[in-house]
Amino acid sequence: MTTRTAKTPRYWADSPRFLAGLFMSPTIIYIVALVGFPFVLAIIYSFTDITTGNPELEFVGLDTFRIVFNDPVFRRSLGNTFWFAVISNLLVVILATGLAELLTKDFRGKWLVRFLVLLPWVAPVSLATVTWLWTLDSVFSPIDWLLRQVGLIEGNMYWLGRPTLAFISVVAVQVWRIAPLAAVIVMAGMMAIPKDVHDAVEVDGAGPWRRLFEINIPLLAPIIAVAVLFGVILTMSDMSVIYVLTRGGPTNRTQVLPTWAFFKGIEGGALGQGAAVALFLFPVLVALTAIVLRLARRREVL
Amino acid sequence: MALLEVRGLRKEFGDVVAVDGVDIKSEEGEFLVLLGPSGCGKTTLLRMIAGLEHPTDGQILLGGEDVTDLPPRARRIAMVFQSYALYPHMTVARNIAFPLKAQGVEPEKRDEKVKWAAELFGIEHLLNRRPRQLSGGERQRVALARAIVREPSVFLLDEPLSNLDAKLRAAARDDLLGFQRQIGITTVYVTHDQVEAMGMGDRIAVMEKGRVRQIGTPEEVYHHPADTFVAQFIGSPPMNLFQTKDHVFGFRPETFLPDGVAEQDDRVPFDFFVNRVEYLGSERYLYGHINGFEDTKVIAMLPATVRVPLEEQKMHKFTVASADLRFFDKETGLKIPPQPITS
Repeated sequence: MTTRTAKTPRYWADSPRFLAGLFMSPTIIYIVALVGFPFVLAIIYSFTDITTGNPELEFVGLDTFRIVFNDPVFRRSLGNTFWFAVISNLLVVILATGLAELLTKDFRGKWLVRFLVLLPWVAPVSLATVTWLWTLDSVFSPIDWLLRQVGLIEGNMYWLGRPTLAFISVVAVQVWRIAPLAAVIVMAGMMAIPKDVHDAVEVDGAGPWRRLFEINIPLLAPIIAVAVLFGVILTMSDMSVIYVLTRGGPTNRTQVLPTWAFFKGIEGGALGQGAAVALFLFPVLVALTAIVLRLARRREVL
Repeated sequence: MALLEVRGLRKEFGDVVAVDGVDIKSEEGEFLVLLGPSGCGKTTLLRMIAGLEHPTDGQILLGGEDVTDLPPRARRIAMVFQSYALYPHMTVARNIAFPLKAQGVEPEKRDEKVKWAAELFGIEHLLNRRPRQLSGGERQRVALARAIVREPSVFLLDEPLSNLDAKLRAAARDDLLGFQRQIGITTVYVTHDQVEAMGMGDRIAVMEKGRVRQIGTPEEVYHHPADTFVAQFIGSPPMNLFQTKDHVFGFRPETFLPDGVAEQDDRVPFDFFVNRVEYLGSERYLYGHINGFEDTKVIAMLPATVRVPLEEQKMHKFTVASADLRFFDKETGLKIPPQPITS
């Protein structure tokens, strides 16, 4: 007769509860230390007037928020963030759907195209953005060189030096960077549509436009919503592209909330104000996530 | 004139020959079944008729017109898919209306025809539902209504009953055949289920490895199989076949009866060693072998009305009517006229 059962392991290392905790701990420690702790700290800071010069926690209620919101640069950044996210994600959806269509087709050299499409996503952000910094350089820009050769311009465009052009450039690089992720998400959605449905559309005699607008887009809508959700969050919470390319300039034309929070809080030393700016988008993104996920679930029809 | 005709149809996928020279003619209003094991090319053949695959070689004619190079929408065909392929985001009414909309039929006419098709299949009460709210049988009816609504000249069905559970299937088979008779539309039906094929087909084309082995009425393919493949593929349990040095001969399990049960003059006797008896209620299956062919398993199927006691592990006298014996060439497996039996 054996006395060993599953509930009374012989060694403490055999205990499922102990092992579960052990295996989970790296993730939990990582999240608490690098996400949870700074997040709580940011909330505390935003209710104080803490600066790098005076690191004493003195609670001032909503004063910090009031100061931050009354700053015209903040309002400018808020508008920029909104348009930056909306325009780039609109372009991303169109581009990603096209790319996904291309990636699901069979043709020679498909692997090369797939690799090239995914390249912007796998390249480190800062490295890729530095490449764009040179591509858009005020003097040595190869784009300018090309335009000069074709005879469209004389001199230089100063891509990052003129407010509107700078905004367009920043949007273009952001689109370039996040389109691959969206393309892969949409591609997964396309492959999930049963082949029989495509065949049925063909036998039923629908042309390409009807197929696109009455079948493909409605069926892909939930997955496109998820791609947009990722895109918007990545655009609204990321500062690397703008920080490297324009540092928010010229004249704050490309200033967005993450860069403004960084300049205020870290470079400017007003930690409390930086935290308040950074936190501003948090409820917006949470609400957006909830809405999109709910919509996606309701549209889930298969 | 044949309504649907395929001539020398061939389809290759890379090195694989899926359909290898098929010729079929189907008359107006016929229910033609393509039957074969999976991978025999029956679905590829159906998809070529639909226009979803382009043949490597050969021709497809509809009503005498060559449609080989026409896209599906330009052929007057409708197809029901194995999964039904309903559009999940549309209501039943919009699903049925979709082919009409694609054809540019005006809205009033469209509604009228949707109503007609829905009534035909008894699904008027489901028009505002979405596919996921329907049962398997209801989905199938919607798929049929969507296919029939533009009044195609040929109706193509790809294993439409395989997603239904066994109980529903018999009823669905009867319904489907009823609709087909009522509308009188030429139908090509793909299945791997010989019960469906035998029960529904006016004619059955038995396929294997991309070729049609035999095409004929259910009686013809059952009683006069063109070769040993058809003899063993049709019928459950299959025909018993015996290899002699000159030819192959065989008989159906239900024609193999204990001596004295059948009163017919011209009967051929065999000594049947019964290994095991399986009692199934309506019939008995006897497993064993016959004298002279010890390596070949033989199955006899006796109806419950034959009450002769038959002991296991004993030799019994059995007979087959000589008219029920079938002979095949031992090289090609093709049917040959009756021969004297040698061992």
